[in-house]
Amino acid sequence: MDRIDMHRLKQGEVNLGTSIMAVQFDGGVVIGADSRTTTGSYIANRVTDKLTFLHDRIYCCRSGSAADTQAIADFGHYYLQMQAQVLGSAPSVLTAAAIMEKMCYQNKDQLSAGIIVAGWDEKAGPSVYNIPLGGGLFRQPWAIGGSGSTYVYGYCDATYQEGWGKDETVNFVKNTLALAMSRDGSSGGCIRMCVITKDGVERKFIPGDQLPRFWEGKEILGEATQKPPAAISAVSDVAPMAVEV
Amino acid sequence: MDHFPTNWGRPRNDAFDAYGTYPIAQRPYNGPVTDSFSEGVQHTQQPIVTGTSVLAIKYKDGVMMAADNLASYGSLARFKDIQRLHPVGNNTVIGAGGDMSDFQYIQAMLDELMIDEFTEQDGHSLGPSEIHEYLSHVMYSRRSKMNPLWNSLIVGGFKDGKRFLSYVDLLGTTYSASTLATGYGSYIAQPLLRKAVEGNEDILTEDEAVRILEQSMKVLFYRDARSLNKYQIAKITADGVVVSESRSAETHWSFAEGIRGYGAQTQ
Amino acid sequence: MTSIGTGYDLSASTYSPDGRIFQVEYANKAVENSGTAIGLRVKGGIVLAVEKLVHSKLLIPEANRRIQTLDRHLGLATAGLLADGRQLANRARDESSNFRDSFRSPAPVKYIADRLGSYVQVYTLYSSVRPFGISTIIGGVDQDGPSLFVIEPSGVFFGYHGAAVGKGRQLAKTELEKLKLSDLSMREAVMEAARIIYLVHDDSKEKAFELEMSWIGDETKGLHVPVPKDLLAEAEQKAKAALEDFE
Repeated sequence: MDRIDMHRLKQGEVNLGTSIMAVQFDGGVVIGADSRTTTGSYIANRVTDKLTFLHDRIYCCRSGSAADTQAIADFGHYYLQMQAQVLGSAPSVLTAAAIMEKMCYQNKDQLSAGIIVAGWDEKAGPSVYNIPLGGGLFRQPWAIGGSGSTYVYGYCDATYQEGWGKDETVNFVKNTLALAMSRDGSSGGCIRMCVITKDGVERKFIPGDQLPRFWEGKEILGEATQKPPAAISAVSDVAPMAVEV
Repeated sequence: MDHFPTNWGRPRNDAFDAYGTYPIAQRPYNGPVTDSFSEGVQHTQQPIVTGTSVLAIKYKDGVMMAADNLASYGSLARFKDIQRLHPVGNNTVIGAGGDMSDFQYIQAMLDELMIDEFTEQDGHSLGPSEIHEYLSHVMYSRRSKMNPLWNSLIVGGFKDGKRFLSYVDLLGTTYSASTLATGYGSYIAQPLLRKAVEGNEDILTEDEAVRILEQSMKVLFYRDARSLNKYQIAKITADGVVVSESRSAETHWSFAEGIRGYGAQTQ
Repeated sequence: MTSIGTGYDLSASTYSPDGRIFQVEYANKAVENSGTAIGLRVKGGIVLAVEKLVHSKLLIPEANRRIQTLDRHLGLATAGLLADGRQLANRARDESSNFRDSFRSPAPVKYIADRLGSYVQVYTLYSSVRPFGISTIIGGVDQDGPSLFVIEPSGVFFGYHGAAVGKGRQLAKTELEKLKLSDLSMREAVMEAARIIYLVHDDSKEKAFELEMSWIGDETKGLHVPVPKDLLAEAEQKAKAALEDFE
């Protein structure tokens, strides 16, 4: 695809042009997302929660149409509740992912949904499943999704290593999302994260004014190459005007 | 009524604002009434996560196939650890190019078919020719519903002392030959495979067959922009199915070091 | 048979005044008339064995199997009406296939037993249908290892280490209780199962029978398949020898 597939969205639809991510580590998974929801270039919601509860230890990260992915997540949540009652035990992450994938695959003509399902279960331990646009189920140690993800594949490939603990993994997710959000106009706001382990789900929040910062360019290009005007340098006691950045 | 105040008094046609410079790029449409279905129900999808070529040849002991481990998302190399050679029972391998979600659906469908057959416990199992025939009917019926399974598939196998190698695609088209290739492979690798294999099917050893596929996969990696130098080889012989670990072809680039410019330039 | 003539035994949808459903109890009688079926849950898997009474010499050997395969990892043995067993097995195959389809993994044995229990139970509710005339042993290997269940005509199901249904179930149960099931290998279990079937077979009443055996586990790479011919022959030979010692 040579561009973001806007024509798949219905007219005026709310879009989760998004940066989402999930990474597995030894004792669990870390999932994360930005908080921006847009209709075209207008930010419809700047504090969205795209980390969606499916079951006690299973969450999903949603990208694509907000309406579609909310409906899918709601159905998934319902099925997993049923499943837990029937089997008498917590459903596995694979079960959750398989249910979500089925909905995405069978309705591929009318949905625009890219979903990452992640969590912890008794049998498989931590796991991350990626369900891209037309369906299909792909297990991965780390997964990224949404429009912002395309800008950070290289960063993830270069940075990710097996055998990380919780803190390193949280940092990886935080940095990756910050980089994606800084380059993708459809992503932004704050970072929400969840650490899902055997013991529970821990929420983490990075406000929009405390995001990790990276290279943001030097001064304004034209200024850097210009010499200071002679008139000002001669009068050294003139205080420069304060400029708010 | 347009409920977005920012739109009031502004042009309502995208022709005036192709780049979405106004605060709301997609403003409500106030022309003739349309709904989500006004364009008709679109059925014939497009492949989204895709695999590229599959190669297959007959050789002395059976059939050998190769496919790389890449699932692309447009030009993005999205999944680099995907297996596109799928064993079905003990005598058959199917290799798939095209949409990977449809391929997973086909895998599940064939798995169910093989279980149905297994539960009969009548001493019969489906071989490559039956699986290929079945697939061709499924592929054709889906294309006739204007809802194709977006794949080109190669079915390779060995059963009852006979080699089997056939092709089927999203239209239900089938053919067989002693060398087969899908996608880019049908342009680039097929001539190489034919030259090496045709007439030698009963002579080629396993090592020679591996080398022929290795070389073709290397050329495909050089020339197919949706390929990956990480692939698997499957062999199907009287001993059953073996799908190799992932491997890489050795590539050559040293000749490029001395190249200068694009014509008369020398330095 | 105090129930006969009271009128409370004509329909599964009518209780007797003391709270019984006679049609279900009669279904159990159909099971009791059938040749014995047993199941053993041992260290590495499951062994199923059936005493298949051959009522005519004109029948082709190995015809009318009473052990059926439901899925790669699931097998079922029935005692009672043969055709009811077929019907239940078909239902079980559908359940197993649907589970696979929905959840991309093989169904747990307990799940199939639960679903079949519910299915059988429905046939105890209506006057328009007759309850299943079978007791079913379901064996399989899933993520949690081997497990074994019995479903009765009433629809109840229980998990077992060793199970016996049909004519000779009492004696078979006594024999199963003597075994250290959790220590047996699958091959040892095959020998024991054959011995028990030969032991419970009543020569004086029925003459001919066929021993039918299947297994699932380490020995079969998790597949439910018939016990190989040579092993079956060996087990039968040992069973006959043991029987002579016993007598």
